[in-house]
Amino acid sequence: MIGQLFEPGFFTNGAVHTALIVGAVVAVISACVGVFTVIRSQAFAGHSLSDLGTTGGSASFLAGASNPLWGFVIAALAGAGLIELLGARRRSDRDLATGIVLGAALGLSALFLYLDTSHSSTTGVSTTILFGSLFVLDPSMIPAAVALTVVALALLAGSYRMLLLSSLSPELAAARGIRVRLIGALYLVALGLAVALASLTIGALLSTALLIGPPATALRLSKQPAVAILAAALIGVLATWLGILLAYDSYNWPPLGHGWPVSFLIVALIFSFYLLTELPTRLLRTLRPNRQPLANAGPEP
Amino acid sequence: MSSAIASGERMLVVDGIDVWLSGREILHDVGFAVEAGEFTGLIGSNGAGKTTLLRVILGLQPPSAGRVLLEGRPLGRRGTAIGYVPQKVLFDPDIPLRTRDLVALGLDGERPGIPLPSRRRRALVEEMLEAVDATDFADARIGNLSGGEQQRVLIAHALIGRPKLLLLDEPLANLDIRSEFEVVELIARVTQEQQISVLISAHDMNPLLPVMDRIVYLAAGRAASGTVGEVVRSDVLSSLYGSHVDVLHVHDRVVVVAGQATDSILTGSDESVRHEPQDFIRVS
Repeated sequence: MIGQLFEPGFFTNGAVHTALIVGAVVAVISACVGVFTVIRSQAFAGHSLSDLGTTGGSASFLAGASNPLWGFVIAALAGAGLIELLGARRRSDRDLATGIVLGAALGLSALFLYLDTSHSSTTGVSTTILFGSLFVLDPSMIPAAVALTVVALALLAGSYRMLLLSSLSPELAAARGIRVRLIGALYLVALGLAVALASLTIGALLSTALLIGPPATALRLSKQPAVAILAAALIGVLATWLGILLAYDSYNWPPLGHGWPVSFLIVALIFSFYLLTELPTRLLRTLRPNRQPLANAGPEP
Repeated sequence: MSSAIASGERMLVVDGIDVWLSGREILHDVGFAVEAGEFTGLIGSNGAGKTTLLRVILGLQPPSAGRVLLEGRPLGRRGTAIGYVPQKVLFDPDIPLRTRDLVALGLDGERPGIPLPSRRRRALVEEMLEAVDATDFADARIGNLSGGEQQRVLIAHALIGRPKLLLLDEPLANLDIRSEFEVVELIARVTQEQQISVLISAHDMNPLLPVMDRIVYLAAGRAASGTVGEVVRSDVLSSLYGSHVDVLHVHDRVVVVAGQATDSILTGSDESVRHEPQDFIRVS
C-alpha cells in the first residue's frame, strides 16, 4: 500500500527534497500571514501584490537572474509601499489608482514575458512565473526562502497582539496608543514577503490560493486566533506535500509520461479542503434557517 | 465654562477645547470636569460633536485650542489609564476570536509579542467576565453575540486594564430597550464597584437619568455642564441652541422639544444644530 502510494525514488530525489522543504516553509508563512489577511479583509491587496510580483519576476529574468525570487520580493515590497501610500487617499481615488497601477504592471509583465521567451527561446519562463516551479527550484534557494520566512514570521510574532487588535477595530487599538498605521505597514511587508515566496512555489497567479485558502478553511474550524493560525499552517503544508506526492505519482497517470502540474494539484487540494469544511456549514444553515439567535437578541424597538 | 481649573479631586478636566475639522468649527470653547468616581452623561444629538470630544480626550484628535487634564496632568502616553468603548464596533462572525480572547486583549493588547498563557491572566479574565455577566458566552465567537452582549464584552475589554476613567461612545445605540437598561445598569454597577469615573455619550438622556451624577449637554459645538437639574432647563438649553427650546417632563422622562423657533433649528446655518425628530422625541 505504502509502496504504491510513494513511487520509487520519491524519498531519494533531490528535486523532491527541495520541493518538500521550500513548499512547507512557504505554506507555513502564507498561512500565518493569510489568517490576518482574511481577518483584515485584505485578500485583494494580496492579489494585487502577486500581480505586481509577476512584473518583478519577469523583469528579473530579463536582468539575467537565474531565478525570479528577488524579482518577486522587490516588486511585492514596492507594491506594499504603494498600497500603504494609497491607503491614506480617498476611496474613489484609491480604486482608480489601484486599477491603473495593476493594469500597467500586467501590461509590463506581458512585454517582459514576451522578451524573456524570445531572448532565451524557452517557453518555460512564463509558466515558471505564472504557475510556479516547485520541482525545478535551485537548492541554493533554500537559505534565502527560509531567511525571508523568518523575517516575515518575526514581524507577525513581534506585533501579534497589536496587529490582532488593530485588525479587529482600528478605533479600539488607537485608543490604547497602538500606532495602527505603523502596524498596518509592517503587516503589509509580511504580506509582500509571503506573496513573493508563494509566487516562487505555486506561481504568481496562484499565490493567492495558498494565502487565502488554508486560512479560510481554518477560520471555519477554529474560534481562537492562535489555533486558527496553527490549523491553517497544517492545512497548507498538508496540501503542498500531498500535491507534490500526487504530482510525482502522476507520471504514471494518463496522458502517460507527462505528469500533472504540481501547482494545479496543490490548489485543487486547498479548494477541496475548503469545500469539505464549508459544505457541511452551508448545509446546516439551509436545513435550520430559523435557528434562535443567542440570548438578549431581542427585536429592535 | 472655560474656567474649569485643575484640582486634585477632579478625574478629568476639559478646558477651553476648540476643534476645527476641514474648515468647520466642530467644538467651541468646550469645558467641563468629571469628578472622581462620578457618572457623567455626554448628551447631544447626532452630529453635535460627541465623538470628536471623546477623541480629543483620548488624544486621538488634537484640539485647535484648549487642554485636557487627567488627574491634573496633561495626557501622556496612552495605554490603560483611560478605558474606551468605541461606537459601532461590529465583529464579523468569521473572526476566530472568543469572548474571553477579546477581554484578554484588554489586559495587554498594546504590548509587543505573543501573550503567554498564565494562571494569573486566566484568573483576571475570568473575574472580569463574571463582573459583566459574560461567563455564559465566554467561549462563544465574538461575532455570534447579540449587540447587547458585544457591548458587555467591550466594556469588560475596556475595564480589565483597571483604568481610572471609562469613556463610552453611544453604547446604547442600536440596542433594544431591555438590553439598553441592562447595559446602563451594568456600567453603573461595575464602575461603582471598581471606583471608576464614567463619561458616556448618548443622544437620548432618558436611559441614563437614574444613574447620572452630572450631565454635559452638547449642542451647536458648545457645552453646558452641571447636574441634570441645573442643565436640562429651558433657559440653559435655549441659550446653548441659540433658539427657544422647551424641556418637558413626561412620566419620569425628559423630552427636549424645539419651540416656536423649530424652523431656525432644523434649517439653521450651522450644520451641527440639525436634528432628526427622533432625537427630540422618543416614544417608548
